[in-house]
Amino acid sequence: MEFCGGHTHTIFRYGLADLLPPNVRMIHGPGCPVCVLPIGRVDNAIELAAGRGAVVCAYGDCLRIPASGGASLLKAKAAGADIRMVYSSADAVRTARALPDREVVFFAVGFETTTPATAVAILDAETLGLRNFTVFCNHVLTPSAIQNLLESRQVRDLGTVPIDGFIGPAHVSTVIGTRPYEFFAEEYEKPVVIAGFEPLDVMDAIRRLLKQINEGRCEVENEFTRAVTRDGNQKAQRLVAEVFELRRSFEWRGLGEVPYSALRIKARYAAFDAERRFGIVYRPVPDNQACECGAILRGMKRPVDCPLFATACTPESAIGSCMVSPEGACAAYYTYGRHRDVAESPR
Amino acid sequence: MCLAIPVQVVELLADEMAIVDLAGVRKEVSLKLVDGVRVGDYVIVHVGYALQKLDPAEAERTLLLFEEIARRTG
Repeated sequence: MEFCGGHTHTIFRYGLADLLPPNVRMIHGPGCPVCVLPIGRVDNAIELAAGRGAVVCAYGDCLRIPASGGASLLKAKAAGADIRMVYSSADAVRTARALPDREVVFFAVGFETTTPATAVAILDAETLGLRNFTVFCNHVLTPSAIQNLLESRQVRDLGTVPIDGFIGPAHVSTVIGTRPYEFFAEEYEKPVVIAGFEPLDVMDAIRRLLKQINEGRCEVENEFTRAVTRDGNQKAQRLVAEVFELRRSFEWRGLGEVPYSALRIKARYAAFDAERRFGIVYRPVPDNQACECGAILRGMKRPVDCPLFATACTPESAIGSCMVSPEGACAAYYTYGRHRDVAESPR
Repeated sequence: MCLAIPVQVVELLADEMAIVDLAGVRKEVSLKLVDGVRVGDYVIVHVGYALQKLDPAEAERTLLLFEEIARRTG
């Protein structure tokens, strides 16, 4: 399994799957924070802007996520809600400074690569004495997701695929290092190779995984040595630990409730927590019945197995988040591979 | 979403900011998440922040490894 959506994208864009022998199959994992964000949380974000009059600042790939009733942040923006696309959490802080009479909420989404940027934004907001800036925190954690895929009974009941090895995420690992993967490489006896995003990085990672499997080893290997060390970026880790703490549980689209897999803002920084300030209530929303995002995120089905794929669900009008995010498996398949195995797809 | 880009630092600014350059496109990014960055260093940038310095020696080693694989399989 390649955990990270960026790796899925590389595999498809460069046709790497076509270079592999038939007994090596890549399963596309849930490492796309946009894809695993539950609909209910997007509903909450829309409500902050449309219902509570806040200025909501969001990363570009969050704007088109389909929410309840065919809504999205982009559609709410078109209908008049003050929703702004930002490149960086720093832009959201800047917006709050420029609009002292408005409530400004930063819609924080992402794995460990992105969390440090949110931590800095909150610390900067505190230094600046901002009273109108809060963060709606949806940051999730990579090792917990991988562990959940390997062991959770709920996931096993939902259906999962036996995985022989993992290609570990590139940029998440620049922050967290390779150390966190050592626990479950040992515990679950699966090799892990951290790989960069270039096509040769990915091919080398697959080669190293196969070598480990053939030699009966289950170690953590680092292919991305130019940017990843065992300890990672400890300054970034310290800042994250300063601002955030673990949630006991968090719902992931396609995986259900996953324990200790997500972060919330510590009480010390409660003044910057949108959930507290606005009393946000999360309501779980089931996926469109025909949408197979859940099964796809667990590697149970491929995008071509979904009845909506490339018919009702396309990048321009996406129904599921695997299609909305450019790193989602469905978006990758659609853009680079949807005609590839027409003869072989089971219909 | 979690994709980051390797870029070169061309100028250091106040407030832990820097200007980076990628093939002629320049952007201001924050260095608040890294220490000891100097002009000429390569860093990986994600959502407006440098996340890590790139190690040129390791990059060189990886490139040599790729070349060796190409030689053996070519």
